[in-house]
Amino acid sequence: MASDPPTQVVAGGWHFFSAQEAALVEAIVDRIIPADELSMGGKEAGCAVYIDSQLMGAYGASSRLYTQGPFLPGLPTQGYQGEANPAQRYRAGLAAIDAFLKQRDGKTFVELARAEQDAFLTAMEAGKVDLPNGVKGPAFFGLLLQNTMEGFFADPVYGGNKDMVSWRMLGFPGARYDYRDHVSKHNQPYPQPPVSIIGRPEWLGKGA
Amino acid sequence: MTKILPRKDVVIVGLGWTGSILAHELTDQGLDVLAIERGPWRDTATDFNIGYAQDELRYSVRRDLFLQPTVETMTVRNDPSQTALPMRDFGSFLPGNGVGGAGVHWNGHTWRFWDSDFQIKTNLTKKYGASRIADLQVEDWGVTGTEMEPYYDRFEYLAGISGKAGNIKGELQEGGNPFEDPRSRDYPNPPMQMTYAPTLFAEVGRSIGLHPFPTPSANMSRAYVNPLGIAMGQCTYCGFCERFGCANYSKSSAQTTILPVLMKKSNFEVRTDSEVLHVDLAPGGKSARGVTYVDTSGQEYFQPADLVLLCAYGLHNARLMMLSGIGKIYDPTSGEGTVGRNYCYQTNAGVQVFFDDKNFNPFIAAGALGQTIDDYNGDAFDHGALDFVGGAGINCIPTNGRPIGTRPTLPGTPKWGSAWKKATVEGYKSTLGYSSQGSSYATRNNYLDLDPTYKDRFGRPLMRMTFDFPDNDIRMSNYLCDRMEEIAKALGGKQYTVSRRKKGWDSVPYQSTHNTGGAIMGTDPRRSAVNTFLQSWDVPNVFVIGASAFPQNAGKNPTGTVGALAFRAADAIRNQYLRNPGAPLVQA
Repeated sequence: MASDPPTQVVAGGWHFFSAQEAALVEAIVDRIIPADELSMGGKEAGCAVYIDSQLMGAYGASSRLYTQGPFLPGLPTQGYQGEANPAQRYRAGLAAIDAFLKQRDGKTFVELARAEQDAFLTAMEAGKVDLPNGVKGPAFFGLLLQNTMEGFFADPVYGGNKDMVSWRMLGFPGARYDYRDHVSKHNQPYPQPPVSIIGRPEWLGKGA
Repeated sequence: MTKILPRKDVVIVGLGWTGSILAHELTDQGLDVLAIERGPWRDTATDFNIGYAQDELRYSVRRDLFLQPTVETMTVRNDPSQTALPMRDFGSFLPGNGVGGAGVHWNGHTWRFWDSDFQIKTNLTKKYGASRIADLQVEDWGVTGTEMEPYYDRFEYLAGISGKAGNIKGELQEGGNPFEDPRSRDYPNPPMQMTYAPTLFAEVGRSIGLHPFPTPSANMSRAYVNPLGIAMGQCTYCGFCERFGCANYSKSSAQTTILPVLMKKSNFEVRTDSEVLHVDLAPGGKSARGVTYVDTSGQEYFQPADLVLLCAYGLHNARLMMLSGIGKIYDPTSGEGTVGRNYCYQTNAGVQVFFDDKNFNPFIAAGALGQTIDDYNGDAFDHGALDFVGGAGINCIPTNGRPIGTRPTLPGTPKWGSAWKKATVEGYKSTLGYSSQGSSYATRNNYLDLDPTYKDRFGRPLMRMTFDFPDNDIRMSNYLCDRMEEIAKALGGKQYTVSRRKKGWDSVPYQSTHNTGGAIMGTDPRRSAVNTFLQSWDVPNVFVIGASAFPQNAGKNPTGTVGALAFRAADAIRNQYLRNPGAPLVQA
C-alpha cells in the first residue's frame, strides 16, 4: 500500500547485481564518495546495497513512468527518451565498463589503482571514453552519481547512509519533527544528534 | 459494457482544493453531490504518518504522493516547429493525485493577485500604450480586485493563513506588504516565527530601501479553528513540507480544512481510484448529460448529472474539455479556438549567497516560512523607462535542508570525490538562497492541444504543451536578477551566484507547479473558454474551476486565487445558476 511504512533494506546477498557487478558498483561508489577524514566511503555506507535494492523495485523497472513508444531522439530539454529502464541501463552500463577496460588495460575496474579508477570515471563523465554497445558514458555516469548520492543521503532504512553517516557529517538531524524550541535561536548550532525513521542505533536492543 | 448509474444533481471531477470547496458549498445548498477522484483516498493519520512521513527519498525523490506519468503525462516542446515528446518522468512541474490533490503537498504560499493583475490589459494599455504589449496575448480577467476581495478573505480564513496585512481598508499597516490591494481585515493568524536566513534577508532588504514582509503562509503559526469548526495544530518547522503530506495537521489542505465536515454529509459521496474519461454531451453538444469514468477493475460507468464541475488540476481540466468536445481547441495559426489558449507558467530565477561565519540551520524550516519583497512585482513599480511588463516577488523562503536535494556548493565544485565532500559540508549550513518568482504572460505560440502521436493508458491522446519563455518575460527576469544582485552585495557573503532564466524552457529540472491557463476566463467567448464565473461558454451546465482559468500568471503562487475563484463560482451557482439551471450566467 502507498501508505505502508518502509521496510528496512539489509546488506548481505545481492538481489539484482551479480557478484561481479556488485564488486564493480561497490568500487565505483567508493570513488564517488571516498573514505576520508569527513566520512566513511560509499561502499561501507551501503550505497551499492541501496542501488541493488532500488533496481529490484518500481524504480528499476520504470513502472511508474511513461514507457510507451515511439521512442524518438529528443532535445535535452525533453528529458530522457530512451527505451531502457534503470535496471537495463545498469546491466548494459556495467558490462560496458568492464569490457572497455579489459580491452584497454587488460584489467577490470576493480583491479585498477584508485588514481586510475578516478581517471577513468572522470573521462567517462566527460564523454571521453567510447564505451561498447552504444552505452553513453556521461548519461550512465550521471545515473550512477545520482543513485549513489541518493543512497548516501537517504534515510538508512533504504540500505545506505549507514549509521546516518552523511547526516552526522552535515549536521542534518534527520527524521525529527519538531524544531519549535530552536526556531528563534539564530546562528546557533542545533544540539541534538540525528534520528532515522527506524530510530537511533543506541535505541536498538533496549527495552521491549 | 458501460454501467449506467442513478443520476446526481452535481458531479465533481477531482477532489482537491476546488472540488472540496464546491462540494461543501453545494451540499450546503441541499444538492446531492458526487466527487469522482482519479487517485486514492488520503487522510492525515493513515497516509502522512508521523512515524515515517519524514522520508525524502520516498516522497521527494520518488514522489509517492504525486501523479505518476504512467497514469497520465503530456508531450512537450518549445515551439510549433519541434516534435513534441512525452515527459517520461515529470520534472519541471509535478501534478498531484488523489484526494486533496496538489494541495496535499504544496508549500502553502498564499497570495492575492492585485487589481492591476486582473485588469492587466486595460491597465498596461492605459499606462504604457498598446504597442508595449503587442507581442503578448495578455487579457483582462473580467473581474476587479474589489470584486475578488471577499472571496480571498473566505479562502484565507478557511485555510488559516498566517501573515501580516499591509493594507486594511486603505490604511497601510506597518510590517505588511505596502503594495497589496486593500483587504477588509488582517489574516486570521499572525506571521510564522522567522528563522535566521529570512530575518537577515529582511534586515538587509530594508537597509537598501526595500519593503520585506512575512510571506503569507498556509503553515499554521499557532493552533487554529477554522470557520467550519475544524482544528489545526501549530507548525513544528520540521522542513518536510512541499512534496510531503503534513503529519501534524499544520498545513492547510482539503484534508485539514474541509473534508472532516464534508465527509459526514449524507448528500455527499466520493468515489476514489476512478478516472473520468470524458464529459458526455447531449446531441447538439450544448449541454452535458454526465460523465463516463472507469474504476481500477476496468469497469466503465456512465454517471448522469445535471451539473458537471471540472475541478481537476488546471492542465487536466483543459485536456478533459478537449477530450469531451467542450469548446473549440485553440489554433495558434488562425488564433481561433479557446481551449488550450494562453497557457502560462512562472518565470523564476535564483541567487545563492555563501558565507563563512553563519549557520542557517536549513532543516528548521516550513514550506511558506520566509520573507518576500514585492517592490518589483507586477505593476508595483513604474515600467515607463523599461523594456518589459510584469515583475516578480523576491522570496527568501528556505523550505528545507533535506540532503538528497539541498546541498548548495560554491561554483566550480566537482560533483564527486573528496573535494566535493568538503565543499558540501562547508556549504550546507552557511548558504542563503532566495529567488524571483516572475510573472508569465501569454503569447500566441504558447498553448495546449492534443498530441497527434502519443496516447494514455486508455488510448486517448496525451495533451501537448508548446511553451517557451517569452522575450518579455526573459527581460523581466533579467531585470529582477539585477535587483537580486544588489541584495546579494548588501548581504556581504564571501561569494554569490545568480542563476538567470534563459530561453528554451527545460522540462527536466524542477521549476514550479504553477501551470496556468488553457481554459481562461473572460468576457469575450472568442478569447476565453469560460465566463467570469468559470462557466463554459459552450456548455453552460459545465463549470471549469482552477488555475486553468487564469488568462496569464502573476509573479505569485496561484493557490490563493484558485481558492477565491472557487468560492466565487460556488456563489454564482448557488445564487444565480440554480434559479435557472442550464442557462448561461452571462450572455455571449
